[in-house]
Amino acid sequence: MRKVRVYITLKQGVLDPEGKAIQTSLHSLDYPEVEDVRVGKYIELQVKEGADLKGRVAQMCEQLLANPVIEDYQIELEGAR
Amino acid sequence: MKVAVIVFPGSNCDRDMFHAAGEIAGAEASLVWYTETHLLDSVDGILIPGGFSYGDYLRSGSMASTSNMMHKIQEHAEKGKPVLGVCNGFQILTEAGLLPGALMRNKNLSFMCHQEELIVEDNETIFTKLYEKKQIVRFPIAHGEGNYFCDEATLKELKDNNQIVFTYKNNPNGSVADIAGIRNKAGNVLGMMPHPERAVEALLRSEDGLSLFQSMIANWRSSNAVNA
Repeated sequence: MRKVRVYITLKQGVLDPEGKAIQTSLHSLDYPEVEDVRVGKYIELQVKEGADLKGRVAQMCEQLLANPVIEDYQIELEGAR
Repeated sequence: MKVAVIVFPGSNCDRDMFHAAGEIAGAEASLVWYTETHLLDSVDGILIPGGFSYGDYLRSGSMASTSNMMHKIQEHAEKGKPVLGVCNGFQILTEAGLLPGALMRNKNLSFMCHQEELIVEDNETIFTKLYEKKQIVRFPIAHGEGNYFCDEATLKELKDNNQIVFTYKNNPNGSVADIAGIRNKAGNVLGMMPHPERAVEALLRSEDGLSLFQSMIANWRSSNAVNA
């Protein structure tokens, strides 16, 4: 069993109104150093070890976990070098 | 014309759609639970209503888009059967890849529920034949994620192929090119965020949606004149 972490964010160039609202709030809390905020999703999977584990998770992202029209994804395998 | 209104867990405009297409526009409508895929074989059109299928888990429409029902709808759509997706139905159609693009959070982050003026950009589709080109119609919107997005190449393709069917007169949600509704290239699949089924009776403050259902029915009648 391997823990897989998937991070999903809106693509660069796609407006993130939620991120913008959070940035404005952070500024009003006196954190002027925050230059940009992007909000995303974090998904944790437990996956049986097998051939091409990362490739299969990438397929899962393409087909369901992310929407490639608007989102990018990043995959991290726990314990991977 | 027989039409199926698809009911997913979490659909909530199914009865409105059933009422509009059936009791008001005069189609022979039935409510079809999402597991009853075999029932699609005997209908002439498929209506995917609004709501919050699967609680909007992951992304609006994403769960429903992977269901057997959607695979079946895709098969029927490829054979040319009319498919209309409204609101969550539009989101499901984009998630399933039957229509290009995606629907994102409204620009102002709010759920909006009010009447909007739309422009009929294309009155040559099977869903809009009974409208005038550039006619202004009033349909309610009711969505939090109706902000249509696609990349520039896709937008160009939509424009080149006349796939933009409805635009907003006063864009409420940030949609690219004011897009409120688009069709597929073949013209038999229409997805739109505004609700034509909520604008079919004077009591609802607009009857402008009725022509959409009547167009679809009239088109079916004329192409099935022998059997009708």
